[in-house]
Amino acid sequence: MTDARPPILETRGLTMRFGGVVAVDNVDFSLAEGELRCLIGPNGAGKTTFFRCLTHQYKPTAGHVIYRGDDITGSHTHQIARRGIGIKTQVPSVFDGLNVHENIWLSARRHHKDRDADKAVDQILERLSLGHLAKKVVGQLAHGERQGVELGIVLTGDPELILLDEPTAGMTHEEVSRTTEMIREINRTASLIVVEHDMQFIKAIANKVTVFNQGTILVEDTMENVLKNQEVRDVYLGKREVA
Amino acid sequence: MKISLDLKSWNTHGLIFVGVLMLALLLAGPEVFDLFVLLKVILFISTAMLALSMAFIWGFGGILCFGQSAFFGLGAYAYAIGVINIGESTVPILLSVLIPAGFAILLGYFMFYGRLSDIYLAVVTLAVTLIFYAFIRSTSGEEYVIGNARLMGFNGISSIPVFNWPGFPNSPLWPDDIFYVAMTLLILVYFSLRILLRSHFGRVIVAIRENETRAEYLGYDVRFYKMIAFSIGAGVAGLAGCLFVSFNNFINPDVFALGLAAQIIMWVLIGGVGTLVGPMLGSLALQMLYNWLGTQSFVSFLNTYLVFGAIIIFFVLAVPQGLQPTARLLALRFLPFTRSPEEAEEAARARQGSGDD
Amino acid sequence: MDTVALLIIEVLNGISSLALTCAGLAIIFGMMRVINFAHGEFMMLGGYTTVVATNAGVNIWISMLILSPLVVGIIGILSERLLIRFFYGRLVDTLIATWGLSLLLIGIVTAIFGNYITGVSAPLGNFALGQYQLSVYRLVLIGLAVLLFVGIYLVFTRTRLGLIARGTMQNPDQAAALGISPPRVYMITFGIGAALTGLAGGLLAPISQIIPTVGFTYVAQAFITVITGGTGAVTGTIIASGIFGTVRQLVTYETTPIIGGVVLLIVAVVVLRLLPQGITGKIFRRSL
Repeated sequence: MTDARPPILETRGLTMRFGGVVAVDNVDFSLAEGELRCLIGPNGAGKTTFFRCLTHQYKPTAGHVIYRGDDITGSHTHQIARRGIGIKTQVPSVFDGLNVHENIWLSARRHHKDRDADKAVDQILERLSLGHLAKKVVGQLAHGERQGVELGIVLTGDPELILLDEPTAGMTHEEVSRTTEMIREINRTASLIVVEHDMQFIKAIANKVTVFNQGTILVEDTMENVLKNQEVRDVYLGKREVA
Repeated sequence: MKISLDLKSWNTHGLIFVGVLMLALLLAGPEVFDLFVLLKVILFISTAMLALSMAFIWGFGGILCFGQSAFFGLGAYAYAIGVINIGESTVPILLSVLIPAGFAILLGYFMFYGRLSDIYLAVVTLAVTLIFYAFIRSTSGEEYVIGNARLMGFNGISSIPVFNWPGFPNSPLWPDDIFYVAMTLLILVYFSLRILLRSHFGRVIVAIRENETRAEYLGYDVRFYKMIAFSIGAGVAGLAGCLFVSFNNFINPDVFALGLAAQIIMWVLIGGVGTLVGPMLGSLALQMLYNWLGTQSFVSFLNTYLVFGAIIIFFVLAVPQGLQPTARLLALRFLPFTRSPEEAEEAARARQGSGDD
Repeated sequence: MDTVALLIIEVLNGISSLALTCAGLAIIFGMMRVINFAHGEFMMLGGYTTVVATNAGVNIWISMLILSPLVVGIIGILSERLLIRFFYGRLVDTLIATWGLSLLLIGIVTAIFGNYITGVSAPLGNFALGQYQLSVYRLVLIGLAVLLFVGIYLVFTRTRLGLIARGTMQNPDQAAALGISPPRVYMITFGIGAALTGLAGGLLAPISQIIPTVGFTYVAQAFITVITGGTGAVTGTIIASGIFGTVRQLVTYETTPIIGGVVLLIVAVVVLRLLPQGITGKIFRRSL
């Protein structure tokens, strides 16, 4: 089933080499506008490295990352953020020494003027049920709460594309359900790429799924089909021989 | 530019307290201190301002500059050379701010846009101040001249004209007046930095210190912000250098040396990294200690190096956060009336034990 | 012809002095990521040990090659146990703690020996190179520097001790799981680094000033060389010493030692700008 919508993010021939190890091998990838895609695969498959090439944490050894038709491979990190790409990292990247309100304010202030920034912050706090934590210093919050704060920081920017790296890591069941709802809601206005391990979570949110293995894309299909795919099972169970 | 000013917070109380103290000092100064002490006080003001500059870029900006003395020295020499050439002090005072700030933009561009990490930054800034030291020291020959002013190398430049009333080059300021000017400048700089830190720019600087990557993910060009913060710190240090010359009438390359560069770090360390007032007090305390040691006669085995070394070791082992934050922590613990409403609430909840949600 | 030979010897001399000065610091920084600001003072102590011992009648070679490293090695271990080990991982705190240590050491030496002390002269006399008189000792220094670095490299790569050290630096948890005690390895490595620095101080004593504050002249250049060398402790230092030593000597030959020092610093700054992780930063990670 081909998607008629134009791709919002593509990679062409993306390759990442560390010394002699090829972590990402000539990957062509495409995300349609408004799509929600999950990247899965066993540990060491290259999905996290691929993700980090997208977030510009790594500079790809070769290949291109294209956002809305523009080649952003060589851009600076702050430039890709200004294009409307939001990033949520595996270990929550927040301002530990500042309180929740200040964390989100910094994001809001980039897009709004003073008074509107405060209003935007309040809105996000409410939407994510973080209001009661507003004055607490983020460094002292529980892990799940910090994930929430980071999500708040990202959403405040009203991004068009959000890259999420293991958003539910360390969350309780309740928090995971809330996050599932939230992600579905966010998907109404933004495209998403999510790297995840939690299968239940993926089943709940995903439409199409990209399975990585040994630096390349093994399979790209709906979650249903992927789960039935024998190759995928082999890879996860370790039966697949090294090519 | 909207600055949030929470009138009930501890920070605001502290600010008011400091402001009142400084004002009192300003008004009462010349009455209370005799001439000799007044000159020393002007020196303290100069070093306090230098400490402020370091407190800003290191404590709030997270930029560990090992060569802050370079900007202090540049400002001092800029004033000296400027006033010898121009004959009037107003423009040279401006130069003492602008030249270091300008140089800092260049150096900052070089370092921050080159993505130099913390420790390399420290090394490069140290190298810069040492380069200045070595270079200026070697300029004693007659050929080293800027306009009418000879650089004088390791001899230093003496008989530097003091401040004069703006527009009246033949009316120099008396020490009393120089004190007023210096103290007023210190108050202005302190409160300007405070206001700056509460502005959007200031908050971004602090955020960058907290988490540079996240600041970038938010779209802030951290290289630019750091460069600007670095430059502001340099300008303040330059002004401090100018004040230093104003009371001394003399400047020599020692301002660029390792000794001062290291002391500046000590002031902030001891006063408290992350506060503005702490390092000012730290510089005061250490200067007074240095003076006191100089007058002691049993100095034979208790020399300066020994004492300073022991103090630093003590502080880094026992009081790692520095004086002011530690004093504050102690006060919060033992003196309930110093707590802000939120902190009092926290403490009460903690005492009742956790066990809610 | 002799001028060229002289220049070559001068340059090699400059490189060896710099390399010797940096050896201990390279081990400590390269292996442990510790910035030892008291490095100059360790050199000073090595110099003082040699001078005091030799003036007391001990053979100069024994003072330089045995006593200096021994004494400074012990001081190094004491410093590590009593002070530095509390700050591992905290670069700034280590910097400041070792800086306090440096001041303290200067203070103690000044208190005991005062500001001036009689030095020692270089052994082995002079030889003639065409129209120039050269100190034989300087040639010996070049040879010793080479021997030292070869020795360090061999110890770290070929011996069990070296392997343990390298393994612990790269992965302390794993080393601990294998029954190796990381704190012990750190202590010994620091001690060895200090001993090497003491050795350098002793070897350079006949040709340098012997005052309590002589450390200042070493520390900045040593630091800048080691840090610019990058993470590869031995290789980086050798390369950096080679480059900077050459530059410094050539410039000094044409102008003055001060300008030579300044140019060294400038070159270092430029190199760092081009290679923000040091010369060997991209090649080695936390190794030799």
